[in-house]
Amino acid sequence: MEIGTNLIKLVSGYAVPLTFFFILLTGMLKGVRVYDDFAEGAKEGIATVVRIIPALVGLMAAISVFRASGALDLLVFVVSPITRLLGIPAEALPLAFLRPISGSATLAMVSDLLKKHGPDSFIGRVASVMMGSTETIFYTIAVYFGSVGIKKTRYTLAAALVAEAVGVLMSVWLCSLVFR
Amino acid sequence: MLNHIWFWMLIAGFVVGAINGRIDEITRAMADSAGEAVKLSVNLLGVLCLWTGLMNVAQKSGLVNAIARLAGPVMERLFPEIPKGHPAKGAIVMNFIANFLGLGNAATPLGIKAMNELQKINGRKDTASNSMCMFLVINAASLQLIPATIIALRVSAGSKNPTEIIGVIWICSLCACLAGIAAARLFSLGGYRRSYRLRRKRPGAKGEKKGISLSSHGGRGNWK
Repeated sequence: MEIGTNLIKLVSGYAVPLTFFFILLTGMLKGVRVYDDFAEGAKEGIATVVRIIPALVGLMAAISVFRASGALDLLVFVVSPITRLLGIPAEALPLAFLRPISGSATLAMVSDLLKKHGPDSFIGRVASVMMGSTETIFYTIAVYFGSVGIKKTRYTLAAALVAEAVGVLMSVWLCSLVFR
Repeated sequence: MLNHIWFWMLIAGFVVGAINGRIDEITRAMADSAGEAVKLSVNLLGVLCLWTGLMNVAQKSGLVNAIARLAGPVMERLFPEIPKGHPAKGAIVMNFIANFLGLGNAATPLGIKAMNELQKINGRKDTASNSMCMFLVINAASLQLIPATIIALRVSAGSKNPTEIIGVIWICSLCACLAGIAAARLFSLGGYRRSYRLRRKRPGAKGEKKGISLSSHGGRGNWK
């Protein structure tokens, strides 16, 4: 276990520098003018960020209003009877709703739950797994689609929410199976 | 769909906030988060330029295509619409790898690069292609080798065994990912049929590039 975690740390530490090294080396060997092409590619990054900003501003404003007003708490309160039926602990429930919309808020809530109930409690474990098995999909959708100017996202959000729901339910179910 | 969600999130926020007497908080939250969004974008700018620059080098040297070829069979299944040897595949694979290794700083720029490549082969520039939807949905289930942030959180909260949840996280995110892929495929079939029918009905609808026929083509209820 000890060796394993150390190895993992080593790999993740070297991953980015090695990627740079490897890409530049192959470029050089293949006769690519590495610096010129790098600068040309980097230009793309600027245009992309400019395209992302409006989408991010809109989305983050809406999310913060939704949270600051207490509407999120209300939503959690309204759906709590249903989720209690599914066995999701009431304390971890807001997390299931927060997870897709805000990464930093999720982080704050998980660390709060871990402190309050203990990381090795059932709630602590469910919160950990819930955070680990899903992504901040609203942010991802806003950034990725915003970067290329897509307006009609079709079924992306619906399918992503299916994935999210499965992740949430699985984390409760598996935790109660494995850790009890 | 995003239009509706955005609208209702804000409206619900205003109404609930007014009832709760939190109007001042809402006003402040809006201004703060708008500033934060720009800050986030500026923070992203440097890393993004770094990676798009590096990816350009990797693409020119043929490395991206080589990586895409390695993951060929799986990619073919997931993204049947991307032509053989297109750089989009390589960028997608690299984004998946970065996500899997937990390199968030690298994953977002690579993902944006992949979206740029996908947009080049997208027939309707304001509408997401099936490949884009699939790519986003797979990104929504974060398959990660080592969920480093959570382990760090658990360590700082004094867990006796901070890494014990890794196995469960793997299974959960794999299930989420598979469910997402299945849902995306299912929805794409429905969407295709509907759009096909619409196209048959109005054979003259070819001004898509100018966005003339788009309102009638992909309008309300069609892609929802």
